[in-house]
Amino acid sequence: MELVTPNLGTIFWMVIIFGVVAFVLKKFAWRPILNALTEREESIENALHEAERARKEMAKLKAGNEQLLAEARKEKESILREAMNLKDGIIAEAKDKAAAETQKNIENARQQIENEKAKAINEMKQQMSELSLLIAEKVIRKEMADNKQQQEMVNKLVEGIKLN
Amino acid sequence: MFILDKRWGLLLTFILTVFWVDPLIARGEEAHGSYSGEKEHAEEKFDAGHFVIEHVLDAYEWHIASVGETHITVPLPVILFSRHPELHEGKKLHVFMSSKFHHGHDDYMGFRISASEKNKGKIVELDNQGQELGKPLDLSITKTITGVLVSVVVLFSLLFAAVRTAKHNRGKAPSGVQNLIEPVIVFIRDEIAKPSIGEKKYKKFMPPLLTLFFFILLNNLLGLIPIFPFGANVTGNIAITMVLALFTFFVTNLRGNKHYWKEIFNPDVPMWLKIPIPLMPLLEISGMITKPFVLMVRLFANMLAGHLIVTVFLSLIFIFSSLMGPIAGYGVSPVSVLFAVFIMLLDVLVSFIQAYVFTLLSAIYFGMATAEHH
Repeated sequence: MELVTPNLGTIFWMVIIFGVVAFVLKKFAWRPILNALTEREESIENALHEAERARKEMAKLKAGNEQLLAEARKEKESILREAMNLKDGIIAEAKDKAAAETQKNIENARQQIENEKAKAINEMKQQMSELSLLIAEKVIRKEMADNKQQQEMVNKLVEGIKLN
Repeated sequence: MFILDKRWGLLLTFILTVFWVDPLIARGEEAHGSYSGEKEHAEEKFDAGHFVIEHVLDAYEWHIASVGETHITVPLPVILFSRHPELHEGKKLHVFMSSKFHHGHDDYMGFRISASEKNKGKIVELDNQGQELGKPLDLSITKTITGVLVSVVVLFSLLFAAVRTAKHNRGKAPSGVQNLIEPVIVFIRDEIAKPSIGEKKYKKFMPPLLTLFFFILLNNLLGLIPIFPFGANVTGNIAITMVLALFTFFVTNLRGNKHYWKEIFNPDVPMWLKIPIPLMPLLEISGMITKPFVLMVRLFANMLAGHLIVTVFLSLIFIFSSLMGPIAGYGVSPVSVLFAVFIMLLDVLVSFIQAYVFTLLSAIYFGMATAEHH
């Protein structure tokens, strides 16, 4: 019976002791420990969030970099292609120009040659005609000593012209 | 195989040397009195019931060991308020050490540790003829209270060490005692408080829950250590569990919200259950009282049973040796020691479970007291 009868003195002291323990622990133990606990948990959570954010940012950055790289590569290609085209164009143009120039030069030369030839021929013709005249004059002078001869001469000439 | 054999050998030696309780030591009184007459011999025979009950009951002194006739005890303060100051020179308050009673053999200042049927083991007041008058108001620091104080010292040193490291390690990884305490706190918070009380309100109930859990667990565990200053049967004392249950009761009812009180005095049931006889309110009020009562009895009974069974198994040795001679006692001792060790280990488990159950049920009651209308 004594086992299941609560003793008044024990209750009295236990109330005091447990009351003090509950109060002291609440004030000086649980509060700091729980605070430290939540603080740490929060900081860990924050750190995790931060890491996640950084990871995402990195991924974004990486994607951006890759895009940039791809763009740069494309641009490089296009520039190269353009340059190639330009080069081809320039070469073709130069070729054309050179060909045209050569043609022109040749033409000029030919023209000049032609001209020179014509001139030379003309000159020759002139000289020949002068010479002919000179010869003719001399012949005439010699021949025209008498009229008869002159007549003959003229005739002959006329005949000659016909032969020409 | 050799190693295994060696291990078994070691185990056996261990059992033989450490656990083999010598029945003659405990039967010192009997051996001593064996030459002096048959009647005395019978009187001093080992009384198992007395032995077991004495181990779980509260006491005015802390008994450590008995060698022969000499009892090694730690005297504890006795504090009495006399109901008959005229018998004690008009003094009402009496404070003295329990050693004055000489283990209950002597009277002191008109007080006696009673041996009568009614007040057995309690301090009673005596009249001038040496007759018992009745019990004074007894506020002695008994063995149980000393056990509580010891565990409070342990609890405080543990927790304040944890607080120190917690403050030292602010925002850093925990270390030392903090690593021992914090997982338990987190367990109580995440597995007991949050599910039972709810995410919003659990915070203000954390201190009472933590105090209950650590106090009960530590007292349970220290009660299992059979070496002074531990081993007092604290949580197996009904006054102690009563105060713990009352704590839960008061926290529940002081924190109870409007909804809680409405459910008790004006629940949503047909009118005839409330008027003219308030059947439901009476039922609810009885439920209010039953809850802490159940808490009190469960913890008390579980811890008391553990202590009782261990002591019973150990006293088997002495029962056998007094019935059939010391040889039988030697023969029984390894078996009963093994059983006692097994029960002891079971008690460690029970200590945790009971502390957990008490805290969990308290948390559920707190949760019921603060639940919103559903």
